[in-house]
Amino acid sequence: MGKEFQKQVRSLSKSLLSFLILILVLFGGLYYWANHKSKPEITEIPLEVSSEDYDKVENGIHVATGFIDDRGMQETIQNCTACHSAKLVTQNRMSREGWKATIEWMQETQNLWDLGANEELILTYLAKNYAPTDKGRRQNLEDIEWYELN
Amino acid sequence: MNRRGFTNKISLAAVASILGLEIVYGHRMPKGYRPLGLQDPDPFKMFHKDKEMVVLNNKPWNMEAQAHLLNDDITPNKYMFVRNNGRIPENIEASQWTLTLDGESVKNKKTYSLADLKDKFQHYTYQLTLECGGNGRSEFNPPAKGNQWTVGAVSCAEWTGVRLRDVLEDAGINSDAVYIGYHATDTHLSGDPNKEPISRGVPIWKALQDETLLAFAMNGEDIPLAHGFPLRLVCGGWPASTSGKWVNRISIRNKVHDGEKMGGTSYRVPCETVAPGSKVEDSDMCIIESMPVKSLITYPKSGALIKQGQTLNINGHAWAGELEVSKMEYSIDFGSTWHTCSLKRPKNRLAWQHFNATVSFPKKGYYEVWGRATDTNGKAQPMVLPGWNPKGYLNNACHRIAVKIV
Repeated sequence: MGKEFQKQVRSLSKSLLSFLILILVLFGGLYYWANHKSKPEITEIPLEVSSEDYDKVENGIHVATGFIDDRGMQETIQNCTACHSAKLVTQNRMSREGWKATIEWMQETQNLWDLGANEELILTYLAKNYAPTDKGRRQNLEDIEWYELN
Repeated sequence: MNRRGFTNKISLAAVASILGLEIVYGHRMPKGYRPLGLQDPDPFKMFHKDKEMVVLNNKPWNMEAQAHLLNDDITPNKYMFVRNNGRIPENIEASQWTLTLDGESVKNKKTYSLADLKDKFQHYTYQLTLECGGNGRSEFNPPAKGNQWTVGAVSCAEWTGVRLRDVLEDAGINSDAVYIGYHATDTHLSGDPNKEPISRGVPIWKALQDETLLAFAMNGEDIPLAHGFPLRLVCGGWPASTSGKWVNRISIRNKVHDGEKMGGTSYRVPCETVAPGSKVEDSDMCIIESMPVKSLITYPKSGALIKQGQTLNINGHAWAGELEVSKMEYSIDFGSTWHTCSLKRPKNRLAWQHFNATVSFPKKGYYEVWGRATDTNGKAQPMVLPGWNPKGYLNNACHRIAVKIV
């Protein structure tokens, strides 16, 4: 009876051990494969850029978001790009009052949180870097790419 | 290697390929649908769009055409602008899709499956012009808030579906009905499940028009995901936001629909014209109905260099919301003189109309070809920006292309 039981325990622990080893090998292999092999289907779909790339600034523009690099940019990224794209900010031009009204509208209707002490920093950043310019009633045609048409 | 680095490199698709798993029900996925939560960074591939389309926004997805891409008589999907207020719904099962009719003014609240709609009601096909209310917003001064559309947030595709009127009448419309409002399955950017990104509608008289469709096909195929698969309300000639995508409920209302983006400055303009930059009270704003008369020169692309003595053939489209375009003209001298273009009748009501002309230039130099359409009420496109409004809607200023005679 006791022998039989010991035998059962041994065989159970044996199969448990081999199962564990199998899991270890599988996940170890998976980890190794994911980290060391550059299969095209992995590199083609990055989920997020790494932190070194994320902070990269070129010609005064934060590459990952397109924001102008200036005091208040980090707070703007943190508070303004959780729901919508940075592009929704950078394609717009508003006065300080306009940006403030937009923030208030988002707080009233779009679930934007209280920005606390960051509000001042963000408003100053936006009003300085994304201020309107006078475009008149109709602008010149710009950025024309000339090409020969036969 | 840190955890973040690891998650960067591993993905669902990679796991699936390691494990050799197939994606269950993969064959049922609509064209353009990606199982990775629409995180694919290439919107052109994801939405089957041409590489020359311009992305204005990636959260939510907004993309516009350029004038020269819109040269086809019927706009193909690859050149059709994408406008979203929220997140595109995922995991759509067309076979499980239902449309519910409810509201204060419905006689019998009813739910139809997509198959019911297709089987029970007669099918109609119309070419319908859909233009974003904010098309041309980028030109307003002072600037108006929102996606800065230039000229390309307009399309005229061929939509097939059942008449909204037939479905409304099947459920029964009480005599106090004044408006319909749509509800859909797109989700709010904030992730709040209790918020709708957009829920607009039209007065009952527009809902009952022959051309107002509950569409299930575009250009002869299932509607592409970004354009409302599997069911879209299509209200031609009105701001495209009234053409609700992924529609699963229509409410027959006994008052003006009060859904998301029906109030405030959304899709509304000052009832009386205001000076540029004015602050306008909500109570002084009126809902946009028909879009105004407008046209686009879609050939040639702006920037053509032409040898002296050669003529230039131009063509494009003109549309006028609820109305028809009665006259199309062009000018090569900054609006001093105008010449008539040849203009076709619309294929059906609310379809855009095609125009063309042969243009001669008197001598070398820089020219702009301007296009000006006039509607059946005698209203023409302005040469400068029309009335300013807080959100920059309804810019129908004449389209211009640059040409140099060398």
